[in-house]
Amino acid sequence: MTLPAGAAELVFDNVSKRYAGRDVAAVSSLTLEIPAGTFCVLVGPSGGGKTTALKMVNRLIPFDDGDIRIDGRSIRELPAAELRRGIGYVIQQGGLFPHMTVGENIAVVPKLLGWQRSRIDERTTALLDLVGLEPADARRYPAQLSGGQRQRVGLARALAADPPLLLMDEPFGALDPITRARLQGELRRLHREVEKTVIFVTHDIDEAITMGDRIAILREGGYLAQYDTPDAILAHPADEFVTKFIGEDRALRRLALQRLVDCPLEPAAGAETGAHVWSGVTVRNAVSLLLESRGDHLVVENDDGTVRGIFRWADATELL
Amino acid sequence: MSLIASGSPVIPNFGQGSSCVRGDHTFCWDWVRQHWHDTLEPALVQHLVLTAIAVGIGFAIAITLAMVTHYARLLDHPIGVFSALLYTIPSLALFQLLVPFTGITTSTVEIALIAYTLVILYPNISAGLRSPPPDVLEAARGMGLTPRQVLWRVELPLAVPAIIAGLRIAVVSTISIATIAAFLLPKGLGFPIFVALQNPTPFKTEIYAAGALAVGLALLCDTALVLLQRLLVPWARQRFA
Repeated sequence: MTLPAGAAELVFDNVSKRYAGRDVAAVSSLTLEIPAGTFCVLVGPSGGGKTTALKMVNRLIPFDDGDIRIDGRSIRELPAAELRRGIGYVIQQGGLFPHMTVGENIAVVPKLLGWQRSRIDERTTALLDLVGLEPADARRYPAQLSGGQRQRVGLARALAADPPLLLMDEPFGALDPITRARLQGELRRLHREVEKTVIFVTHDIDEAITMGDRIAILREGGYLAQYDTPDAILAHPADEFVTKFIGEDRALRRLALQRLVDCPLEPAAGAETGAHVWSGVTVRNAVSLLLESRGDHLVVENDDGTVRGIFRWADATELL
Repeated sequence: MSLIASGSPVIPNFGQGSSCVRGDHTFCWDWVRQHWHDTLEPALVQHLVLTAIAVGIGFAIAITLAMVTHYARLLDHPIGVFSALLYTIPSLALFQLLVPFTGITTSTVEIALIAYTLVILYPNISAGLRSPPPDVLEAARGMGLTPRQVLWRVELPLAVPAIIAGLRIAVVSTISIATIAAFLLPKGLGFPIFVALQNPTPFKTEIYAAGALAVGLALLCDTALVLLQRLLVPWARQRFA
């Protein structure tokens, strides 16, 4: 019995977990339906149970009550090791095997699954390319790589056997901001290219908003505070906890989710004066530029430099 | 000295040897050449065999014990304490303690030597198995390796540097301790030294030659293990490449 290829639907059905000797539950009656192909971010303060929830999926942590199903099948049906081979797993420190080369690290699960050598080699080369590494990197050892490169290898290793579900536990938490932003962008691109359901844990709401198709906000005691798209959460926070957690600049965060190119603009009358802006920027950045220009409008340009339209304050408020 | 076993006399004949030997000068090459085949070479070979058997069996026992206690953690402490206590017993006393059971035999010597290698190898291997960082072990489990696969594919390979470090100490100290075996048996590099000391005037050349061979053997074995480590642990060597 193997898990299906492509992406898988993941369902938490009333799952609870309390660690021995703790008063507060780690996860409390968590119910979450994550459609196949969704990039779902679990976010919340420490003690919110997000990592616990993630590790329950590959049974690194057993749960007390409820059930977790992948494409309708309970994760308890398979032996733990077999289940895990069908689920990609990326952790913060990378967890690469220091005694294996990059290529050997990537080949671990395919080898466990009994793939042919030639198929493993082909897959390794393709994966290195997918995560932005050179074929020659396959022969290097983890100690010879930078932190960002190690996370790329960790991602390639998790994708090696083409699992329908990818669990990522604060994968970029230990990286510098520049490397982090680059990898965030590449992971989003990668998610568009390969059809996978991704569960991504972070404590950083900015990262959650940038990365997620959907965000599940967990609060202390493992209660689900809100589960929705980033825009819906920013527009309509469910309660005071969510409001506080997403911050007072939620209007700006919402504007950051949209680009000028997607906004209805006032048609240009020709020979426009005022600051010019590329239509590819986010509305948030356009607002910042508008403030800086001290004017009341921006001239929006297409990629080729032709005038696309006029962006005014009112356009920003209408988007909220 | 009731325990001295009888051996072929290798005490130089002061009446017939060269002037160097007769005068018991600091070091006589001619004596070494003359007695290489009947005295030094056999002693060196015996010494190597004593050491190889002790380290070989000690290693087999230590790695088995370490793998067992890796899972049965409760046993780790008692075994550690027991083997540490063993090491506090002076080797000569340990030989004497064993003689009633195993007699004046090679087994007695080997049992004592094996006991000492255990004391060194067990903690080293045990610590080595516990050395992989938690994130590496979690990744291994999370990727679907069974506990047995984690042991053989991750924990043991990563313990190799600690295991070889332990072997180096065990080999060098066994080569040193094995010279004491001569108190019991006419075997090893300790025996020529022991015999030379029996002379009314201890014969210097024989003591120095046997001693130098023991030191040379220790250095050679240590170097061999360093080379083995390079071969088995390419990942640590590449660190700063």
